[in-house]
Amino acid sequence: MLTIQNLVKVYPTGAKALNDVSFSVDEPQVITIIGPSGAGKSTLIRCINRLVEPSSGKIMLGDTDIVSLRSSGLRKARRRMGMIFQEYNLVERLTVMENVLSGRLGYIGFWRAYRRKYPPDDVSAAFKLLDRVGLEGYHNTRADALSGGQRQRVGIARALMQRPELLLVDEPTASLDPKTSRQIMRLLVELAREHNTPALINIHDVALAQTFSDRIIGLADGRTVFDGTTEDVTADVLTQIYGEEDWSTTIRKVDEEDEENGDEAKKMKKPDPQKGLVREASAG
Amino acid sequence: MTLEEHAQKYPEVWQRFNPRQTLIRYVWYLSIVAVATWSVSNLDIPWIYFLDAHVQAMDLATRMWPPDLDFVDKLYDPLIETIHIATLGTLVTILIAFPVAFLAARNTTFNSTTWFIGRLILVTSRSVNTVVWGLLFVAIFGPGPLAGIWAIAFRSIGFMGKLVAEAIEEIDLGAVEAIEATGASRLQVLWIGILPQVMPVIYGTTIYRWDINIRESTVLGFVGAGGIGIQLYSSINLFAWQEVSLMLTSVFAVVLVSEFISAAVRQRIS
Amino acid sequence: MTAQNQNEDAAPRQWQTIKLIENPYWRYGLVILAIAYLFYSVGTLDINWHRMSTGLTRANNMFSRMVPPDFTRWELLVKGILESLQMAFAASFFGMILAVPLGLCGASNLVPRPVYLVARAIIVLSRTFHEIIIAIFFVKIFGFGPLAGVLTLVVASTSFISKMLAEDIENMPPGQLEAVRATGASFPKLLIYCISPQALPRYLGVSIYRLDANIRHSTVVGIVGAGGIGQVLAATFSRYDYDFSLAILMIIVALVFLGEVFSNWVRSGLR
Repeated sequence: MLTIQNLVKVYPTGAKALNDVSFSVDEPQVITIIGPSGAGKSTLIRCINRLVEPSSGKIMLGDTDIVSLRSSGLRKARRRMGMIFQEYNLVERLTVMENVLSGRLGYIGFWRAYRRKYPPDDVSAAFKLLDRVGLEGYHNTRADALSGGQRQRVGIARALMQRPELLLVDEPTASLDPKTSRQIMRLLVELAREHNTPALINIHDVALAQTFSDRIIGLADGRTVFDGTTEDVTADVLTQIYGEEDWSTTIRKVDEEDEENGDEAKKMKKPDPQKGLVREASAG
Repeated sequence: MTLEEHAQKYPEVWQRFNPRQTLIRYVWYLSIVAVATWSVSNLDIPWIYFLDAHVQAMDLATRMWPPDLDFVDKLYDPLIETIHIATLGTLVTILIAFPVAFLAARNTTFNSTTWFIGRLILVTSRSVNTVVWGLLFVAIFGPGPLAGIWAIAFRSIGFMGKLVAEAIEEIDLGAVEAIEATGASRLQVLWIGILPQVMPVIYGTTIYRWDINIRESTVLGFVGAGGIGIQLYSSINLFAWQEVSLMLTSVFAVVLVSEFISAAVRQRIS
Repeated sequence: MTAQNQNEDAAPRQWQTIKLIENPYWRYGLVILAIAYLFYSVGTLDINWHRMSTGLTRANNMFSRMVPPDFTRWELLVKGILESLQMAFAASFFGMILAVPLGLCGASNLVPRPVYLVARAIIVLSRTFHEIIIAIFFVKIFGFGPLAGVLTLVVASTSFISKMLAEDIENMPPGQLEAVRATGASFPKLLIYCISPQALPRYLGVSIYRLDANIRHSTVVGIVGAGGIGQVLAATFSRYDYDFSLAILMIIVALVFLGEVFSNWVRSGLR
């Protein structure tokens, strides 16, 4: 579904943010990317939909090489990838509904966008998504009247409105408190699984990453230094990624927490067929 | 969930504005267009002039080039005079605008009548353009820079007074209260409690207005109130376009310098 | 410790407030400079008490001729005011429209650098010269009358509004633009969906303010023959009809005041 080959990004200042990164995503899984600040996590995510221009390398989304696309081709490719931002990045003066529907901007014409006249299927799907993320009734509220957690939910709904083939998530919980962080991560992972969409999530909280992902990629100095499952993340791995530290409190003790919580990740393995209504309704 | 419940809970239609809001918006749009049309149509604009306007403009531009450099000697005195007018005018303004600002601020004025008088002075000063004040003062003092200085002053009072009055109204009352509680006299309260809080605004607006006044002073000569405007007006009327372009360039340079000074000082203050 | 004891005994006995300019040489130097300048400039300009006092007697004379204001020629007054209002509205309308492309091009985060530089140069150039100079040029090209006045005010309005618009867009949080781009929206859709809602309130507020300013400025351009009440006013001064002048001035002040009230009302509703 997504293949990255030899991705390199050098900033004009000379800083080499990405140094030959390669990996591929072949099935719908939740992948978290961990690493220290400046390791290139944010750059990597932004290179995939070319909000940042890669210096060299190949990014294959399905059959298309994103790097080689021109403007209109790039826009079409961007439609296929839904992005969720650390600072939510909603258009503050617009209502929640307008922000959610803006996910469809790549699919409707200019005048329809101007008059806010979206196809009925999209409107219905938007209401359903708002309901699903827990913001029922908020559709006419202005975006800047919401709390951080609520804004992130709108951001998630907006990304999903694109019915994307891939979710790109840039530090979704960095600006949120611990409880809201867990709620948002849970929501994200549930939705990704329901829609059978692979998700690439940047995250700096290792425990959070371990709790919610199927696969973890560790980035340090612009290189992939780890690519495996959550169980494989040991203290040595973390030292390799972040440097020397007392990692005993960061690594989730797999056995203990299994007994306590009944393993969150295992709980969400099976997608609920009922909740797939959004996809079916719009496909039909 | 039945189909009807589904349609009700997740409607397929959504509008940003309800009908009443949409109506209000359209009324605004229509009235703006109506007013615009009325204004343009009634103005009796000879549209035919637009046809050869570009030709005329090109003609004018060629006549203005190159600037007449021999004329430079005659420029020094008027330019310096212009700067004097602006500076002295601004200085006079500070003396007058400051007390008026106190009258025009709700928390420092004596009673509502004085507040009204203060506000009235400021509005009158702002409503009349510098050049129009120039007309008035030329009639009083005769042509020359004296009229120009008063014209600048009378216009600037409104500008500075308004900003300083707003600053006075926004001061921290707690600090004033504290000083009053020590038993200080009214004047002392003014000096120690209010003035320090307002000083930055006073400095800032003074230099800002000085910069604007330099621009205004250049044209006061058109009504005879001194400065380079006198020479500029006469050169235009004599169609001496090359002298005109020289003067315009020198004005541009002076304005640039004054803007630079103004920005630098305001930067340092804040 | 002995060092500490010594410090406690040697507590400072004098204290001065912190001045704006620390260095005393600079401070006193500036004051001396200012006084010197005062003497120099007043001397150069040939200002003396004699002129001032004759001026004041003449002012008194004029004042007595001004009061009471003469409204008998109100038809001329109304005609001039209407023309000024029309000029102000037309100039604001066209100024608002023209300011949109110019303002967008003047925002460095939206357009490529050469376009940005050209747009900014245009804005700076049109703001350098006083509108009376621009008015004279338009009068030379288009002749006397309100057309020159409208064009002058259009230039002034466009440069003012576009400058504010460009600054507003540059100060917009970049994340919102990024997010809308990431959905695959083209530039026109980015304009209407992200830039427009964010910039609109301030744009409208600035335009309304400019409308009020145009009413004021329309009086000035009339002095050089570009139409409006200014033309009438200049005529009264040259004919020494000071009582009519006062009447006109009073109406102008009232009009500008009402304009400000209207402008504040609209702007508070936009928030």
